[in-house]
Amino acid sequence: MILNMGPQHPSTHGVLRVILEIDGENVVRIMPDIGYLHTGIEKTCEAKFYQQVVPLTDRIDYLCPLTNNLCYALAVEKLLGLEIPPRAQWLRVLLNELTRINSHLVWLGTHALDIGAMTVFLYCFREREDILRLFEMVSGQRMMTSYFRIGGLALAPPLGFFERVREFAKRFPARVDEYENLLTSNPIWGMRTKGVGTITAEDAIALGASGPTLRGSGVDFDLRRDMPYSAYENFKFKVPVGKNGDVYTRYLCRVQELRESNAIVQQCLDGMPEGPIKADAPKVVLPDREKMKTQMEALIYHFKIITEGFAVPAGEVYQAIESPRGEMGYYVVSDGTAKPYRVHMRAACLANLQALPKMCEGRLLADVVAAIGSIDIVLGEIDR
Amino acid sequence: MPAQVTDIEQLKNHPAISKILAWSAEAIEQVKFDRDEMTIWVERSTIREVCALLRDNPECPFNFLCDVTCVDWLPQEPRFEVIYHLLSMARKERVRLKVRLNGDSPVLDSVVPVWPAANYFEREVYDLFGVRFSGHPYLRRLLMPEDWDGHPLRKDYPVEGYR
Repeated sequence: MILNMGPQHPSTHGVLRVILEIDGENVVRIMPDIGYLHTGIEKTCEAKFYQQVVPLTDRIDYLCPLTNNLCYALAVEKLLGLEIPPRAQWLRVLLNELTRINSHLVWLGTHALDIGAMTVFLYCFREREDILRLFEMVSGQRMMTSYFRIGGLALAPPLGFFERVREFAKRFPARVDEYENLLTSNPIWGMRTKGVGTITAEDAIALGASGPTLRGSGVDFDLRRDMPYSAYENFKFKVPVGKNGDVYTRYLCRVQELRESNAIVQQCLDGMPEGPIKADAPKVVLPDREKMKTQMEALIYHFKIITEGFAVPAGEVYQAIESPRGEMGYYVVSDGTAKPYRVHMRAACLANLQALPKMCEGRLLADVVAAIGSIDIVLGEIDR
Repeated sequence: MPAQVTDIEQLKNHPAISKILAWSAEAIEQVKFDRDEMTIWVERSTIREVCALLRDNPECPFNFLCDVTCVDWLPQEPRFEVIYHLLSMARKERVRLKVRLNGDSPVLDSVVPVWPAANYFEREVYDLFGVRFSGHPYLRRLLMPEDWDGHPLRKDYPVEGYR
């Protein structure tokens, strides 16, 4: 029987349509059908200035908007050859790791909810509320922050921000213990997730899977540690690697990543350098409001950057970073004008989704839901 | 910013280039090392062998296909450039392969036999640019509806669309 797990379904985490060919309870073939959230972001980017693309990037992987911002900003800064001051780089790491915690909390809550553990969802969103308030404090926006701009950050963090982050980081490990209390040694959770959705390391690499989907199968590769960007080389953190490659292992990897990200946040707070938060490039970075209102050159630069954009030297760059889902890459091609010639986003989930048939074929229908949850898909990234 | 290097003589010790040159000197049309990234233009008919060679290279196995994408350089000919981003996890090296295709009926060998990861990426390039991949197991539109006319990311397709 051919069963349609429609684009509108509470367990597909967005508008994913999965066409299942089932024989009783067993899945014979599974085929994901995507494109329901395709909004042509890559095409739109070609019609906008480089700085106007930043708000578009927020909306691609909407659960980790700051990570998208970071990847795009790093790519364009590489094209321009800009040096980013250390304080901006450390703040980027701090907010990036808070975003990783944010994204994993949504993953944990919705994954557990799909399998039937509803309390975890409410617990996770309680912590997420704290982080969203931190983002609102620093950028004015809860989700689509557009806070990392080309050349640094949009604004300096307000007074009291670091104290709030420190309080959050102090009480967060106890909360992770609460989630683990509910799930890790829970026999029902174990029966639903152990041995389910298994994928071997060779298959995962061949299919292009990355992030916890790959590390759960035993491949020790994390872009933050192995090919560091934006001051990640200054931080000590462990990369959780699993052995079995099933849903339970990926769950353990991501929960451990919550703890590691918290540790990185605390290291950031302890060692934050002083200094400016924007690069010294008047033709690219908007001047301070005070300077803009009092100095003529700053006013002219402000006007020119907003109305004409800044020309980026011709060339191309592929910048990849470790998003909560895996390797997110931005391929930016410039032809020397103020508008990008081509912006392509390498979505981690698109490659991870290719692993779904390998995980689910030959298994039970109920395992499909667990496997989809464990890949942690975000349709905004897959469809763009 | 350090200047780009385009002379193959200076770059021939790079693990990817030396491997391809050892197999066939005609496979490489052009190379460029710019902003710390190595780009190799590969001759169209050799793409599948070059990919298999790089994947199975024992000194620097490019076992991870990050991405397959395309750029439309209308009105230049050759119009399309299909781009492969490869990563060697063991050596932490990246390389970019490019293939130039003509604008009228662009066809290229699919690399799905080399990396199954190319499946959705090549479908997306077919959907949005119209480049056909021969040997692809299921070359159908991925993002646009199945009955869509036209290839949206081509430069002659308007940003506002037709509806």
